[in-house]
Parts: sequence; structure tokens; C-alpha cells
Amino acid sequence: MAKISGLKLAYQVFLRAYPYRKVDWRPGARLKKPLREARVAVVTTAAYFRPDQPPFDTSIRGGDYSYRVIPLDTDLSTLRMAHKSHAFDIRGIASDKNLALPLDRLKSLAEEGVIGSVAPRHFSFMGSIMAPGRLIASTAPEVARMLLEDAVDAVLLTPV
Amino acid sequence: MCHQSVGLIQGIIEKAGIPTVSVTLLREITERVAPPRALFVDFPLGYPLGAPNDAALQTRIILAAFELLVQSIPPAIQSFVRN
Repeated sequence: MAKISGLKLAYQVFLRAYPYRKVDWRPGARLKKPLREARVAVVTTAAYFRPDQPPFDTSIRGGDYSYRVIPLDTDLSTLRMAHKSHAFDIRGIASDKNLALPLDRLKSLAEEGVIGSVAPRHFSFMGSIMAPGRLIASTAPEVARMLLEDAVDAVLLTPV
Repeated sequence: MCHQSVGLIQGIIEKAGIPTVSVTLLREITERVAPPRALFVDFPLGYPLGAPNDAALQTRIILAAFELLVQSIPPAIQSFVRN
């Protein structure tokens, strides 16, 4: 089980003292159609990127707030990973990309009629963003706009 | 810090009008960031959908997250029950 008290001491001290940011999302959105008709997208902070995309920059102070677009037809086994955090075990998300970016699972659910369809574009961030100002001001709103362009009805987000 | 990033991105997408649900491995941080909907899964950091190469478990977690998306009134944090 993941608890702050189970992490290395330096992370514990940091995570307890850190002034967490919040976004005002209220009153919240509602699913406008049944799940079996809904188009679903995934946003992950697993730091996946395609071989034809630049890796994330682990040297940026405050964290790399950029993202990579992962098109639905991407062969998940070709994805690479550039994670800054040493707080967790990366072997799982390295060996099976569906553990954080479950496109194969969603394709199966769409074939079974549980969801309507899988969105054409999915999004990967690195996380490890200590200074999230530009994430909040620019890159997250950009991703939200692209999700709207793709007529996405519901979004699943996965941290690592 | 992934959990804060996810909660912030989630809030911005929700505010743009698309309903969102996240998985969380660190309930304590997610409670502070307070996203619209989060499914707490009792797995180690780095294992958001349970286990690699376990399609059945991954699918069960995704379906539990979708159920939270459909059923709950935000804000909602629920635990995934494994068995």
C-alpha cells in the first residue's frame, strides 16, 4: 500500500510540507451520454513518449510541464519513458505500458460495447512538477482544448 | 508529485466541460488536491492499474473508475475493492 509514511524520509518531509495547489473545477461536468456511446481518452503522468518525439527534460527546475500526444494507433511497445522521480518502482510501467496508458484495454471495452469509442489522441506528462504554474496556465488548458476538439466525452487520468 | 499534477490537469479538463476520473495511489495527497473524482487503488507507487500484463485486473480497475464517473456527484474519492 502506498502511503507517505512508507516513502523515503526525504520524500516524506517534502510531501508533508509541500503547499499543494488546487484547481477550482466546481460545479463539475456530467457525462452527457451513456457510457456505451462515450468517447474516452487517457491522460497519464508516466512520462511516455514516442521514439519520434523529444524526451522529457529532467533538468528543468520546477519540472518539465510539457506533454506528448500519443495517437491511438501508436504501438505501445515502442513507447519510451523518461521519469525524473526516484520515489517509485518504474519496472511495471516500463514492462507493460497498459499499466498507465491502457489503450489496449479501452480498445477491448469499445469492441465489447462497454464504451462508445477510444479517442484519437491521448496525453502523456512527466509529473514530478514542483512548480506547476505553467502546467496550470498553459499546457493543461492546451490538452483540454485538444480533448474538446476530439469530441471526448470522458477522461481517465493515471498518476504513477 | 504525479498525484498533484494529475489532480490539477484533471481539474482543468473538468472545468473545460469534460467529466474526469483519476486513479490514485496516494490517497493522502489526492485528498489535499481535491480533484472531482478519484478511485483509490491499494497498490504500490508506479502501479496505477494494479499489475503489469494482468488485463483482467486492469480492466476491473478501469470499470470501477467509469462507475465512479457515472454514479458519483463530485467531489468523490472511493476505494477500489479488489475482491
